[in-house]
Amino acid sequence: MRTERYCFKKASILTERLISYRIILMCHLKKGGKMNDSKVLKELAISIRKDIVECIASIGVGHIGGCLSIADVLAVLYGKHMNIDPKNPKMEGRDRLVCSKGHAGPAVYSVLAEKGFFPKSELLTLNQGGTNLPSHCDMNKTPGIDMTAGSLGQGFSCAVGIALGSRIKKDGATIYAIIGDGESQEGQIWEAAMFAGNQGLDNLIAFTDYNKLQLDGTIEEINDVAPLADKWKAFKWEVMSIDGHDVDAIDKAIEKAKTIKGKPKMIILNTVKGKGVSFVEAALVGCHSMSISAEQKESALREIGGAK
Amino acid sequence: MKQDIMMRDILVDFLQEKIKTDDRVVVVDADLAKCSTTLRLEKEFPDRAYNVGIAEANMTSVAAGLASYGFIPFVHSFAPFATRRSADQVMISVCYAKQNVKIIGTDPGITAELNGGTHMPFEDIGMLRSIPNLVIYEPTDVVEFEQALPQILEHVGPVYVRMHRKNPPIVMEEGREFNLFKAYKVCEGKDVTIVASGIMVSTAKEAALALSAEGISAEVICCPTVKPIDEKTILDSAKKTGAVVTAENHNVMGALRSAVCEVLSENYPVPVRSVGIKEKFGEVGKLSYLRKVFNMESADIVKAVKEVIFAK
Repeated sequence: MRTERYCFKKASILTERLISYRIILMCHLKKGGKMNDSKVLKELAISIRKDIVECIASIGVGHIGGCLSIADVLAVLYGKHMNIDPKNPKMEGRDRLVCSKGHAGPAVYSVLAEKGFFPKSELLTLNQGGTNLPSHCDMNKTPGIDMTAGSLGQGFSCAVGIALGSRIKKDGATIYAIIGDGESQEGQIWEAAMFAGNQGLDNLIAFTDYNKLQLDGTIEEINDVAPLADKWKAFKWEVMSIDGHDVDAIDKAIEKAKTIKGKPKMIILNTVKGKGVSFVEAALVGCHSMSISAEQKESALREIGGAK
Repeated sequence: MKQDIMMRDILVDFLQEKIKTDDRVVVVDADLAKCSTTLRLEKEFPDRAYNVGIAEANMTSVAAGLASYGFIPFVHSFAPFATRRSADQVMISVCYAKQNVKIIGTDPGITAELNGGTHMPFEDIGMLRSIPNLVIYEPTDVVEFEQALPQILEHVGPVYVRMHRKNPPIVMEEGREFNLFKAYKVCEGKDVTIVASGIMVSTAKEAALALSAEGISAEVICCPTVKPIDEKTILDSAKKTGAVVTAENHNVMGALRSAVCEVLSENYPVPVRSVGIKEKFGEVGKLSYLRKVFNMESADIVKAVKEVIFAK
């Protein structure tokens, strides 16, 4: 009975996959294939940035710096790589993302809204009482959020558990995780890194948002995590270090990561906290969480530009 | 003899059987798998039983990740490390995220014996009891535990099992039905109610016997699940006897005494006295020595009963 159910489940996962691959392929052909990937992903990143500004401005304050710094990787993941279905957020065998730096919830909500997991208008409910979009990611509230995070370090361990689960079920899913550079000061990150490395979890692709800033100061002056690449290598991970705002480089790194077997992969994204909005970037350490006025919102949206 | 069977063997035999028959069950340990004997599962089922090494925080969150993937993970460490050491992971990764993880903490309270104060949790229940929806269960003996395990597995939601690894005296008679969420009478009485848990249940039974020789009729209620607590059984007995003594292998703050007093004070206030650890840290020693040091012998229960009856 169990075997039958399992086979049926497997078959339906495969069918769902084939359908989603077909959709991806058709979209791809429509857009003129690989040539246009870059343009589409850049446009998606622009939309995500605009959504981030809109939703944080709607409540007037938020973690805007660390949201803007991961807009490009989210665009590449959700715009191209992740096997997901906005109409069926809990689809079995789907790829998953754990945003372990849970305070970047608004960035993930923005890409989920762009993908149609919920109406874009809902973004304006961010942090309002009763919202489905709390400041930190909550899998029990938001469609498309795969793991609750906010107490730093924990989401990453959970991602390792998810990758282990996928390996046990042999469902072929890829598990993605985004951690912060400040978050990498948490001991639990390295407990999880050691276990994932020793388990050779090659279905796990992680990103560090290396924007060099944390709440109280620069990473370097508070408690430096450098040399980051060497640390991950020492923990038996495959490591790449790239420009975290270059969608082509991110795309290429993920493609490459998928081909490497036998170990988990860490893609270090060299990023700028607040990327894309000059007054946020200029705030430096102050942009971890900052107020956004109506005027600042308008100027930020003009600066981000792009077609909506 | 059933009395010779260890609690840990009941646990591991159950897990072994379930791993074979239930796709959902996985085990995660943190370098104490020899102590719980889950190590044999790691050898037999390498893809279902894992050891994360000495990293309890990671163990708990990895289990939450597995649970989010449809598994029912049983994690194990000594009680202080499964709870105090990974309190935030139990709170956020497991409970707040609503993940179906079963947390096994062994050697609670003075049963940590020779490992001493660092390994002797008197505060674990107190720390966890205010976390919403976490079930907290302290098995009494192998007869009860055998019946509890399938219920723990099927309960959808996190459960903390505060478990003596060895073979505490059997209190529950064979064939008696156990409900995870119900306290049960060990002996009937009319003058006083003794609500006890864990290793203190058999001690309370001894006290009841000593009291009966002095003409005092004590009702002993075994209350293995301190959260959610079985209010009805406690209130029914308190209404009959008009006085309550609690007996637990934990700090008297935050666990059984507190839970019982919360029930009584809001519904039917009666005089209460308590036996358990009072504002002290643990220390090394054999169980008999520790019972004496922390005033957890049957004579201490007898004394508390006499006091509470006087206060009626």
